[in-house]
Amino acid sequence: MVSQAQVSRREFLKTSTQGAGVFIIGFHLPLRREAQSSPSEGPIKIFKPNAWLRITADNEITVLVEKPELGQGSRTYTPMMIAEELEVDWLAIRVEQAPTIPSIYQGLRTGGSGGVASTFTPMRKVGAQARELLITAAALKWEVKRSDCQAKNGTVVHRPTNRRLSYGELVETVSKLPLIDSHEIPLKQPGDFRLIGKPIPRTDVPSKVDGSAAFGIDVRVPGMLFAVIARCPFFGGKLQGFDAAAAKTVPGVCAVFPVAPLPRRFNTAGGVAVVADSTWAAIQGRKVLVSRWEKGPGSDESTETLRKLVEERAGAPPTFIAIERGDALGVLASPVKKVEGYYVSPFQAHATMEPMNTTIHVRDDEIEVWSPTQFADEVQDEIAELSGFSLDKVIVHMTLSGGSFGRRYQWDYAAEAWQVAKEMMQPVQLLWTREDDMQHDFYRPYNYQRLSGGFDGHGNLVAWSTRVVTTPISRSNLYTGFTESPETLKDPATIAALEWYGADIAPYSIPNFRLDYAPADSVVPCSWWRSVSSSYTPFAKESFIDELAHASGRDPLQFRMDLLANKSPETARLRAVLQVAAESAAWGKPLPKGRGRGIACRVGGSYSAQVAEVSVDDDGTVQVLRVVSAVDCGIAVNPDGVRAMTEGAINFALTAVLTGEITIKDGAVEQSNFHDYQVLRINQAPEIEVHIVPSVEDPSGVGELGAMLVPPAVANAVFAATGVRVRRLPIDPQLLKRSQS
Amino acid sequence: MAHLRLMINNQSHDVNALPETPLLWVLRDTLGLTGTKYGCGMGLCGACTVHLENEAVRSCQVPVGGVGTKRVTTIEGLSSDRTHPVQRAWIAEQVPQCGYCQSGQIMQAAAFLAKTPRPTREQIDRAMSGNICRCATYQRIRRAIQRAAGQKA
Repeated sequence: MVSQAQVSRREFLKTSTQGAGVFIIGFHLPLRREAQSSPSEGPIKIFKPNAWLRITADNEITVLVEKPELGQGSRTYTPMMIAEELEVDWLAIRVEQAPTIPSIYQGLRTGGSGGVASTFTPMRKVGAQARELLITAAALKWEVKRSDCQAKNGTVVHRPTNRRLSYGELVETVSKLPLIDSHEIPLKQPGDFRLIGKPIPRTDVPSKVDGSAAFGIDVRVPGMLFAVIARCPFFGGKLQGFDAAAAKTVPGVCAVFPVAPLPRRFNTAGGVAVVADSTWAAIQGRKVLVSRWEKGPGSDESTETLRKLVEERAGAPPTFIAIERGDALGVLASPVKKVEGYYVSPFQAHATMEPMNTTIHVRDDEIEVWSPTQFADEVQDEIAELSGFSLDKVIVHMTLSGGSFGRRYQWDYAAEAWQVAKEMMQPVQLLWTREDDMQHDFYRPYNYQRLSGGFDGHGNLVAWSTRVVTTPISRSNLYTGFTESPETLKDPATIAALEWYGADIAPYSIPNFRLDYAPADSVVPCSWWRSVSSSYTPFAKESFIDELAHASGRDPLQFRMDLLANKSPETARLRAVLQVAAESAAWGKPLPKGRGRGIACRVGGSYSAQVAEVSVDDDGTVQVLRVVSAVDCGIAVNPDGVRAMTEGAINFALTAVLTGEITIKDGAVEQSNFHDYQVLRINQAPEIEVHIVPSVEDPSGVGELGAMLVPPAVANAVFAATGVRVRRLPIDPQLLKRSQS
Repeated sequence: MAHLRLMINNQSHDVNALPETPLLWVLRDTLGLTGTKYGCGMGLCGACTVHLENEAVRSCQVPVGGVGTKRVTTIEGLSSDRTHPVQRAWIAEQVPQCGYCQSGQIMQAAAFLAKTPRPTREQIDRAMSGNICRCATYQRIRRAIQRAAGQKA
């Protein structure tokens, strides 16, 4: 393993992509950094044991959170972990966003459901280090045995005499003590937790019910201007020319100028910027702007051409074989009872409620950036690189984000905002309108999976093969000329993480298994979408298991249990969540006609099983009535957070199952707003039950987990209700209508 | 440009704006009342919901010139201290995740409950179906509305 110091952050991103929901980002704990700044004169007023914690002489305790807050609860779980070990009243803690100084804070990013897992030990150590030092300080002050002292509720107590000193009273003494090495800091046992494992109200909720929570779009700086960019309507094209005259007559418009495309990892497509004194004026200016666009390669691409291409690639030789255990192809070619299936999932947009935006003020000597990003350090890197400014002259404020779901992993919109702001030398907020956001996203890849399974003469499932075809994330942005390096494209771990993670059938015990992959190149930019490839690989895998169960005349739950009969910690945890979900959902209990239940399960980081119950109306309309989810995520740091994430992820994925689809025509996205990209609304939202399976294992993520199993659970339920196998998402009611007549 | 006097959150504001400018952008860009959010600009998502007198309206669809003397209430004016029953219920049920749509959800729910104090689940779903939440906190929105209606302690 190469040490992190030897690997640049971008390389680190690429090489660390084999985690659960895909990205597990390591957390380095430089506990000694920004330790006591040792003021030379006067009494010490603030104890700063490390970069994450400040305790003042007035007993003000501040936790600096480096993970972005996108709605997933980082501003609650981080202080919980610190407060647990620090032994303070939870309500006494103030929370601040850590500044973007990557040399100190190496976790200014989140992804792959890795936030809790990667901070669980380091952040507890942050609190424990301070606690241990405060105990020592009190013992020194009292001149008593350290072992007679105990930290409790923001004080150190001398047990024999019941004397107490508040942490604030110890600030001066404790600040003079040498720090404790990270590996020597004692942590509490799970059985002693007071906060971790309790449903704690989120620290950011009050500000989110009175309008005071400030998102990127809410940044207001004196003298600021507002901008939008007219973008090429089709992928791969470029600006031929424009006439700014009409736009400039719109009251409030102050500048119209071209913006060059940036052929970089997360490209910007370029276009024409319209800058005005209000967002509305900028939008009006863009409306009357005359621009001409030249078509490029890929301008004839459509969903129809892609549909043919992926089918063709499913039959073509693979670009590589991802997993080969035994000889699946050989066995499938021998006389076995063979079952075959295919599954298709289309492009999806992120459609975060807060569209992309960034505010930037370029000054002579520094650049100040306010961005709703899940990757503040990359925003800083990118703008420093583009501008030639040194990192310390690019000040990035990571604001709250109005949803992300993977979209804010790309920093294209911040780069674009810099392109506009540098022309103005005034603060400028670049806003993507909903139409920009929907038509110029980095989409969930279009994908096609072909599967074969074979039973021997005794009815044992002995072979399975899966071909995954996607419009690859790793070769996204082809039209700007940017691709990943040839080495990256050959690296199985990278391709796996981006394109097929979740397709491995393990821990189902099937002796012969093969997974291979072939890309289908497209001009449509693709990227991470909540749960990445696990948003579609379980759809194929867990639907196909259902097909195999029915083909062999067995109950889908029992069929899974039989394939998980091998004794291992993994199969035990998976069987446990299956059992809990099935029992809670009354699996096996008869339902009225037109209704059905479907089950699906998954391991990978966390363990989960889901049972969906649906009704299918005579006209083919699918109503998802209820989803029961069992989750084993190790220690549930904030159980209410686990529930909230799971409820949200289930509903998020339902959009992709019921209505959501981005289609392409003439190289352009056909949808433009919420009327034609229909996302789940409250009247379609099922009752959701989340059962957390108790565990003392270290925590694993849940941000994406809930989304992974919804497609197969619902598709299997539809099969149970109608006998129709769902092969394409979103579900086409017409197919179900026909089946009922 | 027209000179307009608006009554927002019980305060009088003088603004210069083109009468066709949507109220949303006057609130956000001219007056700095950023609690009201832009989501779609087409009245499809409800993020910009405010009250015009006692009606919930999509402020992206209301030309500022048409507001006249009608009282506008935004999320900032719903209560001074988060004590409106809907806000309290939103906190109790821990509804928000990212929180971006929640100003609109709360304003919609408040107007709805004022007219339908004892709603059924179907009535809640109908009244709230114009408000999109991509974090999909719908189950908690339902519960919070029931709580605010006094149907759950």
